[in-house]
Amino acid sequence: MNSASADKSEIVIGGPGVISSPLIDAHAHFLHAGCGRSDWREVNAARFRAGDRMGISCHVASILGSYGYSSPTYFPSPADVTAGNDAMLELCAKEGRRVRMMITVNPNYTAHALGELERCVKRGAIGVKLLASRRADDPLLDPICEFATAHKLPLLHHIWQRRTREWPNQEISDGADLGRLAKRHPKMTFILAHIGGGGDYRHTFEAIGGITNIVADISGSGVDRGMLDGAIKALTPQRLLFATDLTMETGLAKLRALEPTGLCTANDIEDIRWQNAVRIFGANAFDLS
Amino acid sequence: MAPSSPAGLLDPSVFIGEYPFRDVPHPEPDILAKVIAREGITHAWVGHLPSAWADDPTAGNVALYRALEPFRVTLSPAPTIRPDLPGWESALHDAAKAGAAAIRAYPPQWKFTPDNAAMRELALACAAHKLPLILTVRFEDLRQRSTRDTAGDLTGAAIRAVARAGDGVRVIVSAAGRDLIEEVHWGLTPAEQARVCWDISWIWGPPEDHLAKLFRTIGSTRFVFGSQWPLRLVQSPKANLELLPPDVANAPLGDPRTWSGG
Repeated sequence: MNSASADKSEIVIGGPGVISSPLIDAHAHFLHAGCGRSDWREVNAARFRAGDRMGISCHVASILGSYGYSSPTYFPSPADVTAGNDAMLELCAKEGRRVRMMITVNPNYTAHALGELERCVKRGAIGVKLLASRRADDPLLDPICEFATAHKLPLLHHIWQRRTREWPNQEISDGADLGRLAKRHPKMTFILAHIGGGGDYRHTFEAIGGITNIVADISGSGVDRGMLDGAIKALTPQRLLFATDLTMETGLAKLRALEPTGLCTANDIEDIRWQNAVRIFGANAFDLS
Repeated sequence: MAPSSPAGLLDPSVFIGEYPFRDVPHPEPDILAKVIAREGITHAWVGHLPSAWADDPTAGNVALYRALEPFRVTLSPAPTIRPDLPGWESALHDAAKAGAAAIRAYPPQWKFTPDNAAMRELALACAAHKLPLILTVRFEDLRQRSTRDTAGDLTGAAIRAVARAGDGVRVIVSAAGRDLIEEVHWGLTPAEQARVCWDISWIWGPPEDHLAKLFRTIGSTRFVFGSQWPLRLVQSPKANLELLPPDVANAPLGDPRTWSGG
């Protein structure tokens, strides 16, 4: 038999070294009672369990409405958006600086979206999360971006890496779509979600390479060899963020794969682990002591 | 590494050779040998990636044997046998003589229907040679698949049909996710279930903890290590094992070497 704990004796969680530096997960989600899953507490506990093991200092997280229970995950109703944000605020209050909040909004409901941003920023949220409720370059996103610019909030946008057709249950956007939005709002930072989240990431790297107010997170279940190499070459390590989204083991794998690419210095890896996040979200966003 | 088997950790799910739909960095055997040494993997069963799409895998098998020759201490060939071609039985015999550790087949890439009789014959013939049969569910996520790649994923029906072919059949299924594994496992008798094991290369870890749930429901020994290198990062299955919750953290994996007479 091989052992499931095969590597325990030499586990160095989070990278080639002891747990000596912070690790910020820039793209995480939690569940809540309104999502229709009886195991929601267990899933949240599993994120904390695995995060502790990996050495995650802070989960920058959002709740996506009811995750399909009472409105679609990627088209959440205003009521579900509010309920999710309420649950996220409650979680942040309970967990302190271990969890920071991204505010979920649906840009099809402008007044509601702006109200949620105002309400949640006052209670400590540090960024905005957009799903796939409206194409990224749609003018309906402009008021949200104007608010984000005024309050220095980064915006994490769900991305399909290369949009070649429509897919059900999402109004998908790709790097080119987000690029057009980013050019209209040059003073704010956009986080392109999950380069490993499905689709042609090579298209993404080409599409956003020259748009420097877009950074990318490395999350997603995809662990293609060559993906990190391409991201580092096209975007530089200073435009990449460690993140896990729905699969934490692939986040850990990608973290460990940075050094073997031969394309990152030790400081580059620190940038991806946490220093870029501090620059983007602000030094006061995290307690990394 | 602290594997409970003195033979160490085996990865039966690796390849060498080019992938036809995108560039893959350095899919060469010398790189593979260095990678598994770096990662503490003691042995790998190696397929020839281009052969999955070849009309006739014979030349690919010859190339595989030749490429692995300097590395046979740690890398064993898993050649491709296409059972709809004349002479496949002798090709299987030659593979066994050449030291194959397992046989690979690719029904979706060959446009086989799930109930393809030739696949059942191949499974039984592999069993006679004490060679596990490796089936691959997918090479890439559906969302990023090239428009030139017209093969769908391997279906549960196709796996069940092979598993039901007869006693002695041993199937290693690579790159399956939780839903497919459960569909197949609970659609087989206990005797048929024992003929199938699953590599962990595409099973989600936390926070959904699919791997842990499968260990609890199906049993950890039905699962084997697997990375799908050079397509995917070899670090991923190791990370998945390390992040298991405490109740299954020390659960033993299956060892495909116990199935192989090669």
